[in-house]
Amino acid sequence: MNKEASLTHGVNLDVLERDLDNSSAGSEEITLKVENVDLYYSEKQALKNINMEIPKNRVTAFIGPSGCGKSTLLRCFNRMNDLVDNVRIEGRFLLDGEDIYHKNVQVSQLRRRVGMVFQKPNPFPKSIYENVAYGMRIIGIKDKRKLDENIEKALKGAALWDEVKDRLHDSAMGLSGGQQQRLVIARAIAIEPEVLLLDEPASALDPISTLKIEELIYELKDKYTIVIVTHNMQQAARVSDYTAFMYMGELIEHGDTKSIFTNPKKKKTEDYITGRYG
Amino acid sequence: MENSKLGQHISQQFNEELEDIRTRVMYMGGIVEQQLSDAIKALTTMDASLAEVVITNDYKVNALEVSIDEECTQILARRQPAAGDLRLVISVIKTITDLERIGDEAERIGRMALHFSEKGGENKMLAGIIHMGDLVTKQLHNALDTFARTDSEAAAQVAREDKKVDQEYETILRNLMTYMMEDPRNIPILVDMMWSARALERIGDRSSNICEYVIYLVKGKDVRHTSVDKVATDARNFIKDE
Repeated sequence: MNKEASLTHGVNLDVLERDLDNSSAGSEEITLKVENVDLYYSEKQALKNINMEIPKNRVTAFIGPSGCGKSTLLRCFNRMNDLVDNVRIEGRFLLDGEDIYHKNVQVSQLRRRVGMVFQKPNPFPKSIYENVAYGMRIIGIKDKRKLDENIEKALKGAALWDEVKDRLHDSAMGLSGGQQQRLVIARAIAIEPEVLLLDEPASALDPISTLKIEELIYELKDKYTIVIVTHNMQQAARVSDYTAFMYMGELIEHGDTKSIFTNPKKKKTEDYITGRYG
Repeated sequence: MENSKLGQHISQQFNEELEDIRTRVMYMGGIVEQQLSDAIKALTTMDASLAEVVITNDYKVNALEVSIDEECTQILARRQPAAGDLRLVISVIKTITDLERIGDEAERIGRMALHFSEKGGENKMLAGIIHMGDLVTKQLHNALDTFARTDSEAAAQVAREDKKVDQEYETILRNLMTYMMEDPRNIPILVDMMWSARALERIGDRSSNICEYVIYLVKGKDVRHTSVDKVATDARNFIKDE
């Protein structure tokens, strides 16, 4: 009868407090900030007035139907769109408060801080060792001992070390798809970026390799801020802390993953994640 | 049913599966309602054969619970529903648990009716039970109705009404105690009456639970273990953007 009866009886109060604490993270440290961004490919507008904040050491997932602009937005974070003709970007992208499109910013420096991994694993046709060493050589690490050390660290970080430690000088092309993708991630983290951009990192992989990549993402977020684009909604639900839903170039809803997948605020989001979007 | 509010899935099969569990919950609700009104009728008219029917029919409710549960498990495993679909499956799982327990309480009342008809009793003790039975039957009916219409505001209203059932229960208890003190020889039969009143009171609570699941289903807000006023506010104000 009395529903308000003592709930605390015999319950570990710390656990209870955690359960009662529903406050979402309003006090996160922000790594990337997008301000009033419009992006045009020639005449066609691909991003419409995007504003968002990406918190440090968290995984943010971008979801949305093909052509909604999520990859375009991701590519802006390390200026990959500079390579595309006729792109015009308005608004600002701030990395730790600095405008990454400022004329004084060197793109190679930026890409060192913001690493990227693509859908298809793209190792260089070199040895496993050389693949990971490549970026470090570019930034000037020449010492063999230092290289060895960092390569081991990166491969361990990418959960690949145990599988390749006895054949570091074999060709990377002999690895499986899942191993290649983890090698590419090792290559990206070898130069210790702040942000990792993952564009459909597991969509070309089998379920087991996919789970390994997801597990890796979970481990990597302690050190990096991760932004992932994925078509796999369950993947977004599994790996991310925050989810942003985009539709036709607009950011429809951005919030913590827990609420987006159980109780989205916008009908468009609900329709998309429940498979009603046609 | 207000299912059109979300439109159709791309997967027609998924639509049908969700529609099917809803329909079957309503079907189960219908059987439980029938069980409850038969049980109350058997008790108040001392109809032993009707009481037997109630007791035998409880297996139907149990079987439905198991089978709907299984269907929900299948949907979770195969469809990985999200948002409103997920909340539907979760509320169905919870609703049928409460419906099954209501079925058990109805069966319990059926057993009391059987005792009662064997021992014989006085009508003056039945008046309170009849009134409380009416209240509870209405509560259950309204709760199932809000589920069918997915109407969270009505659900909050129905949950609030449970207070009347509780008050009626208190009154019956006081009366029964008076009768017990008046003539201790009546205690065995009065204890049966008390059990019946208790069963009805529990059914009222479980109907309120169903209302809370409806609010969760519609608003995505878990209102269990909060005050009735808070329930009403959440049911009304927790608005989704269009």
